Amino acid sequence: MTAKWFIDASYFAVAVVFILALKAMSSPVTARRGIVWGGIAMVFATLVTFATPGLHNVGLMIVAIVSGAAVAWWSGKTVKMTDMPQMVAIYNGMGGGAAAAIAALEFARGEIHGTVVTLLAVLGALIGSVAFSGSCIAFAKLQGIMKKAWRLPAQNAVNVLLGLLVLVLGGMIVIADALQPGLVIAFFVLALLLGVILTSPIGGADMPVVISLLNAFTGLAVGFEGYVLGNPALIVAGIVVGASGTLLTQLMAKAMNRPISNVLFTPISGAAAGGGESIEGSMREFSALDAASVMRYASKVVIVPGYGMAVAGAQHKVWEMAQLLEEGGVEVVFAIHPVAGRMPGHMNVLLAEAGVPYDKIFDLEEINADFPQADVALVIGANDVVNPVARTDKTSPIYGMPILNVDMAQNVIVVKRGKGAGYSGIENALFYKDNCRMLYGSAQQAIAEVITHVKALEA
Amino acid sequence: MEGFTALYIFMLAAFTGYEVISRVPVILHTPLMSGSNFVHGVVLVGAMVVLGHADADSPLQLAIGFVAVFLGAANAAGGYVVTERMLAMFNKSGNTKKGGAQ
Repeated sequence: MTAKWFIDASYFAVAVVFILALKAMSSPVTARRGIVWGGIAMVFATLVTFATPGLHNVGLMIVAIVSGAAVAWWSGKTVKMTDMPQMVAIYNGMGGGAAAAIAALEFARGEIHGTVVTLLAVLGALIGSVAFSGSCIAFAKLQGIMKKAWRLPAQNAVNVLLGLLVLVLGGMIVIADALQPGLVIAFFVLALLLGVILTSPIGGADMPVVISLLNAFTGLAVGFEGYVLGNPALIVAGIVVGASGTLLTQLMAKAMNRPISNVLFTPISGAAAGGGESIEGSMREFSALDAASVMRYASKVVIVPGYGMAVAGAQHKVWEMAQLLEEGGVEVVFAIHPVAGRMPGHMNVLLAEAGVPYDKIFDLEEINADFPQADVALVIGANDVVNPVARTDKTSPIYGMPILNVDMAQNVIVVKRGKGAGYSGIENALFYKDNCRMLYGSAQQAIAEVITHVKALEA
Repeated sequence: MEGFTALYIFMLAAFTGYEVISRVPVILHTPLMSGSNFVHGVVLVGAMVVLGHADADSPLQLAIGFVAVFLGAANAAGGYVVTERMLAMFNKSGNTKKGGAQ
């Protein structure tokens, strides 16, 4: 029984545990267990790798592991829950960068032989590089470092040309007899540039889809480099993530009614959003007292939280209000659009953080039939996902997107900071409906006022 | 590894990934994306192996290898912490009906 046998057996066990861990994460009850098993498996895999025969540079390796893990551990512990999406993006980008660097080092060592191995090394390097630079851009955008989405003139033509150029360079590396360093360097530079160019024009609302897609990319890159290194654990973990990430990306894109090709190549912009019929009528304002009494004497209230609520940090106040109403005998539930927040399920995480039990949280398919029976739909900082033009106006850019049918409720109260249009710049027909009232103010302060009035009504 | 064996592994792993995720409720999509992000952090193992076989006299190779291991370790550790934090909140809110306010 050699060290090699022991290592191979360990990697096999680790791959099994990773799949079981992902499986466990598919239910709220076992999810926590899943990630802990995965963590143990990861530590075990790392330790076992030190036993690899002929391993050099161990000191440098330990420094790299400790410093990389420490930086990520610290940033992951301290990040606010609303900033989670960009952290996922940046960690993902690091994985892609690692995969690309593995390929680069194998090229530098001249250890890549055979057409299939070279092909997969090149593909992994390309995908990993795109995931790395693309994720850095995604991080910069969500973090607010990069404010504007910029588009090149003839963006799509540039994308296609650059993509083809990278593929041609990659093909030349594959068929070349000997390694040409200049070619490899040019290939990496252009692949990194491709990631930047692809992600830069994409606007905030489409960001979750892009992060998910880049996550799937990194998985594939890791899987391909796993083949290059002859390590089946990397292949299995990478490809499992690649496949699941692709599925997740599709689910997200479907929820937004935006095919992935549209997300990448025709971003929603202010100009594109100009379409759609103009809306007749006016918005009617509501005071916090009115809102409090309507909800206090309702029998069912559906709360629709959006990213605006999360940014205002109002989820704790909203849950406090919900509890207060429940004590008065009102049935309160939360309805969440699949793309509320910045990633699918992000809003659920934010509500969970505030202490809302997950059996009070319903997604679009579960809740939409219930809106006609609801006395009040309270929309807090959500806009495009409740815009009825998605059902009615064929000329609107969001036509066909599944929305929460809040306009079917008896009364709709919209908590909103000002009169402007939504994230995508599209006018919201909901605000002009007869059953809709606007409660202006930041979510935090507006809900606090409602709470005061509800308490006064109880007294 | 023989080409076709690898191809079979690729195929089976792809179906596994698809199946494992297909029954996940929407509320877990974000933790799951983060969790799968953590799983591909196993790239760390590959990075360690290549750095371990890099030429100790070549600063270029050592630098690339160092970057690979650093990024891989950050991917694994960061992915774990973020996922664990999110899932910990789900457990809390599932157990205590009246947690949160005040």
